[in-house]
Amino acid sequence: MATAEAHHDEHHAYGLMRWVTTTNHKDIGTLYLLFSLLMFFVGGAMAMAIRWELMQPGLSFNPHFFNQMTTMHALIMIFGAVMPGFVGFANWQIPMMIGAPDMALPRLNNFSFWILPFAFTMLLAPLVLSWFGVGGGGPAGGWTMYAPLSIQAGMGVDFTILSIHMMGVSSILGAINIIVTIMNMRAPGMTLMRLPLFVWTWLITAFLLIAVMPVLAGAVTMLLTDRHFGTAFFNPAGGGDPVMFQHIFWFFGHPEVYILILPAFGIISQIIPTFARKPLFGYESMVFASAGIAFLSFIVWAHHMFTVGMPLTGELFFMYATMLIAIPTGVKIFNWISTMWRGSMTFETPMLFAVAVVCLFTIGGLSGLMLAIVPADFQYHDTYFVVAHFHYVLFSGSIMAMMGGAYYWIPKWTGHMYDEKMGKIHFWLTTIFFNITFFPQHFLGLAGMPRRIPDYALQFTEFNVISSIGAFGLGISQLLFVYIVYQTIKGGEKATDRVWESAHGLEWTVPSPAPHHTFETPPQISAADAHS
Amino acid sequence: MRVTRQTLSLMAKLGSAILLSVVMSVAHAEWGLNIRPPVTKIGEDIIGLHNAIMWVCLGIFVVVFSFMFYSLYAHRKSKGYEAAKFHHSTRLEVMWTVIPTLILVALAIPSTKTLIAMEDTTQSELTIKVTGYQWKWRYDYMDSGFGFFSTLTTPRAQIENEEAKGENYLLEVDNHMVIPADTKVRMLLTANDVIHAWWVPAIGVKKDAIPGYINELWMNVTEPGIYRGQCVELCGKDHGFMPIVVEVLSKSDFDVWLKEQQGTQLAAADTGTQTDAVQVAAADSSAGGEMNMEELMQLGEKVYAQCSACHGANGEGLPGAFPAIAGSPVAMGPVSAHIDVVVNGKAGTAMQAFKNQLNDADLAGVITYQRNAFGNDTGDMVQAADVATKR
Repeated sequence: MATAEAHHDEHHAYGLMRWVTTTNHKDIGTLYLLFSLLMFFVGGAMAMAIRWELMQPGLSFNPHFFNQMTTMHALIMIFGAVMPGFVGFANWQIPMMIGAPDMALPRLNNFSFWILPFAFTMLLAPLVLSWFGVGGGGPAGGWTMYAPLSIQAGMGVDFTILSIHMMGVSSILGAINIIVTIMNMRAPGMTLMRLPLFVWTWLITAFLLIAVMPVLAGAVTMLLTDRHFGTAFFNPAGGGDPVMFQHIFWFFGHPEVYILILPAFGIISQIIPTFARKPLFGYESMVFASAGIAFLSFIVWAHHMFTVGMPLTGELFFMYATMLIAIPTGVKIFNWISTMWRGSMTFETPMLFAVAVVCLFTIGGLSGLMLAIVPADFQYHDTYFVVAHFHYVLFSGSIMAMMGGAYYWIPKWTGHMYDEKMGKIHFWLTTIFFNITFFPQHFLGLAGMPRRIPDYALQFTEFNVISSIGAFGLGISQLLFVYIVYQTIKGGEKATDRVWESAHGLEWTVPSPAPHHTFETPPQISAADAHS
Repeated sequence: MRVTRQTLSLMAKLGSAILLSVVMSVAHAEWGLNIRPPVTKIGEDIIGLHNAIMWVCLGIFVVVFSFMFYSLYAHRKSKGYEAAKFHHSTRLEVMWTVIPTLILVALAIPSTKTLIAMEDTTQSELTIKVTGYQWKWRYDYMDSGFGFFSTLTTPRAQIENEEAKGENYLLEVDNHMVIPADTKVRMLLTANDVIHAWWVPAIGVKKDAIPGYINELWMNVTEPGIYRGQCVELCGKDHGFMPIVVEVLSKSDFDVWLKEQQGTQLAAADTGTQTDAVQVAAADSSAGGEMNMEELMQLGEKVYAQCSACHGANGEGLPGAFPAIAGSPVAMGPVSAHIDVVVNGKAGTAMQAFKNQLNDADLAGVITYQRNAFGNDTGDMVQAADVATKR
């Protein structure tokens, strides 16, 4: 199909209204990705404030402001940067990868995106209002919102609760759309076991989302009625139970962790075979491992709360169940390495990111195994060891996978190649500064530095200085990413349809940039075309 | 102009931080990489477990990634390496499922043993109840019928970077929790307001202090000495400022200390030391003396240190989050309503019922201070007897 013809068929409004009214999966994917990038910088600015406070002992800010920063940094990065980012990838890629013309429910798709700007305006409003002397600022009780601290707090928590409800609606609608699309709109011959792995991981993620977002909604609604309507679900003074909040929260929270990482696994599984020029090793076991991880995610939640004083048998159960996760996760790592083994590798920017994710995510996975061992966890719990652990899985897992994915697919999205040299510089700066920032935090945690403190004893100074310097470098390096993306959208070397020498999959059979409508006539998939 | 100055100060801060780190690393750096040496048997078991898992993890990492890095080195297109075509191997896949399982079982066995030992609080010889408050700890010696609060003593000026920081910056308190060496001490943990967590790394115990719950843990410290820790569950604004100091004495020294405490606690009640509410009330009724304005203000200024965490050193509060006292309708309004808020707290906020923490004289002093300092100048005096009626 010639590009000019495709353009003729677009039928959409122009200017701003194009983006407000669009029901096109590619446009909505772009909106999600740009929104995610914006939130990445908002949350990143908060991280800079945190590291500024912690660079030296002594206070620079009021601790109440510091607590708002840690709380909102987490909320914005999780719900604003990572989750919408992955939905952006899903929107762009899933229809193209399964040979569908669009998402199954395009208007719902538009709605689920446009909820988000309002949700995050709501989340950020109390912080901004407090600069103008209105109210007591944003939520400051941690993103986990533990009761009774969150019952005691100001209106920032109410804004957060309503904002979480809106994000939850958006996520659930998005998840329904993805499941319906994958189940109903696959091209003839695209059987489930022929789906690209990115599509598989998103299918599983979407089920997790539908299962747990309502649980979070329930938890925060109970919090809201405790705060304003005289109930006492979590308030011990009225016969409530503060620990119940944690159980409900983490019943959402642990599957949430895999919602944040499974699509990243999917992206990595697309990138590595392309640049190793070799099919993905162990496709079936990858699918089963993803499903296994998703199942286990529902029975390990209490490992986030080993110190609440559970019965011994409870602690043992959650320890054993948590250790089990190492097995399917290990299978994935081994499969990726076996895919590289005896391949014919080249190291363009997406591959660099993919290799770094495999390596650095594993560091986070192994420290996760350490955290599962209950007696040792009593020493690690709520220290910087945990902070280091979850940044290794979330930053060098989820976020770096998304960056790799962006470099991998941006030629298809824009029709231009990004600047390879700049991409590589961005990769190395990110990887090096990331490790300078977070590796020393393992040592801080083991030496006894608690998390979420604005000031610390003098023996923690040295590693905090290093960590802060790393963080400022990491933050500044991301401006380069924006510059590269901007340059690529504006122009650059023309991308071919296949883009990468050994790219496999339906998205590489359409022109670059992908025309507004693709696969209006479904392609026929044979066994030979199946997964790369 | 303003931007330039900010940039300069930013550069200065960065520069001084780098310089500081270099100087400190040369002078007396504590580049602690691992858990600090424990002083209990359980602590040793934990560090043994920790080291074992860490080495296992490092070993796995090195073995697995030596394959990857070899592959990255050898299997490159630029070296003319032709890609192989294989995409699965049942034998390998079974192997890398079974071997990790065996490693996990090997780790689970010693972990289970240690955990069972940690949870066995029977046959203790001494019980101490620990209560978390925003933002201090209270220790009650249940068997001996006395208790005390333990509050941060690091001066505000050190925290605000106006003075050089002391050796135990942020890890020093007025009253240590004192325990005997070589004794199994059981601790009961709870909280008054929100969730806190009690942790002393060298002792190897950590547990949440939760309102409405009573959690248990035990410790048996072999070596006398002073061990420091912190609250490790976010509990509001001053979460970072409620340290824990445990002083371990030999058994005979501990007995002496215990006698001393039992004697002084009752006597101290009417001189203004914080103590248990029941004892306070009893002591007050016998004292009942009136104070003049100057005495009340002096006492009040001292006690106000407890209020300043939220309400600010100059009563300015934190707009929107914590109300100001300077010019506030409570401090300038009816006296009895003011006493009521301080004595009984305000439900659903961080404002605690201070009747549990302060005696009548202290409360009278601090209320008088709040009504006359910061330009409030109401001229009102509040006496201990006025406070007693609100209890």
